[in-house]
Amino acid sequence: MKNIKLTYLVLIVITYMLVLTGLYLAFIYAPPEKTMGDVQRIFYFHVPSAWVSFIAFFVVCLAGIIFLKTGKEQWDRLAASSAEIGVLFIVIVLITGPLWAKPVWNTYWTWDPRLTTSFVLFLIYAAYLMLRSYVSNKERGARFAAVFGIIGFVDVPIVYMSIRWWRTQHPTPVIGGGSGSGLAPEMLTTLMFCLLAFTFLYITLLVLRYQSEGVVKEFQALKHKLQN
Amino acid sequence: MIALKQILAILRKDILLELRSKDIIVSMCVFAFIVVIVFNFTFDPTTQQIKISAPGILWVALLFSGNIGLSRSFAREQENSMMQGVLLCPVDRSLIYIAKVIGNVIFMTIVQLIILPVMVILLDLSIGHVLPQLLVVLFLGTLGFAGIGTLFSTISANTKSREVMLPILLFPVSVPVILSATKSTAYLLSGKDIGQSLSWIKLLVGFDVIFLVICFLLYEYVIEE
Repeated sequence: MKNIKLTYLVLIVITYMLVLTGLYLAFIYAPPEKTMGDVQRIFYFHVPSAWVSFIAFFVVCLAGIIFLKTGKEQWDRLAASSAEIGVLFIVIVLITGPLWAKPVWNTYWTWDPRLTTSFVLFLIYAAYLMLRSYVSNKERGARFAAVFGIIGFVDVPIVYMSIRWWRTQHPTPVIGGGSGSGLAPEMLTTLMFCLLAFTFLYITLLVLRYQSEGVVKEFQALKHKLQN
Repeated sequence: MIALKQILAILRKDILLELRSKDIIVSMCVFAFIVVIVFNFTFDPTTQQIKISAPGILWVALLFSGNIGLSRSFAREQENSMMQGVLLCPVDRSLIYIAKVIGNVIFMTIVQLIILPVMVILLDLSIGHVLPQLLVVLFLGTLGFAGIGTLFSTISANTKSREVMLPILLFPVSVPVILSATKSTAYLLSGKDIGQSLSWIKLLVGFDVIFLVICFLLYEYVIEE
């Protein structure tokens, strides 16, 4: 038990240092963008958040498959924890995106494939969390959630493809995003570092959430024992 | 051969129930009518505008009423523990899925055949020249939607508030089917760009295959007691 606690502590400290360094790089080290100026710095949080939500949903799908195969309850716990974090980060993506788009594209929102897919992704996993809380039978709820998590993840590339087809039917104006070609080396370093920091943040949150979910399980088992 | 017989037996049970009660088809039709009428009020029905929106109105009416039909069809299984009876039969779980999808497609198709003429009259559409293609698109769209919907309505029938849960699960996931069905309908109705609609129809077929296969494979996990 003591060893586990120490591991948590080390993980939290590493994440803390990484995020702090990431903030320094994003706000001070990286040069301001030529045309967009300082507003472009949101890029270093926007892209890593999207990345984290994508890993999180991948973990939901994977844990769901393993849960259906093995029936072991801890995989369901992992999927549930990961889904919550994924939804949190996709919400961050959907908030930072329009904030960045308004000064740069002069609009909060366009029905671009990536934007629309993120939005649909948010809807799917919000539904996933609702589904989890709406089923009274725990064991059955876990199976439902696993099935929905798998379909939801398989759906992501399909949604992206269909929307890309849909939008390319109309010529969209060429929009100057922050990423793409010609990223200054300092910017690239910062981005890469922030990706790393956010990945660690995800792992830390996942471990803590998974742990607390386990405590809840334990508590309920004890309560059940006392009542009988 | 036995599989086919079993599918037909489950299908027969569902159709017989519907013929006696008629509640699914009647409620779907009434609801689809209401959607079409509401759109006629919210858009100005005399302008050219409504003809551009027609494919959207058609599909919104069909999908919303389809949603009602799907949730009804499984709520019915919950009454008097009917699903238990079906599960007690020596039938493969996946066959139950196939039978249910066919049943839902049949109910939704009947509603479409009633709604489509009404739309043509109310919105003054000309569909004569593309009728076979249009029917194919309607069928493919319905198949994909019912394929996903059958799985999700089995899930939502076991949740606390099933009427709310089904659309929340169903609509985000079926975005690709909805999009390609609406697009191919739009190109068909516009009379131009038949080639464009063909490529959307191909895409729709692809989506149908993907979704039906996944849902077929996963169905046994949601239905076991």
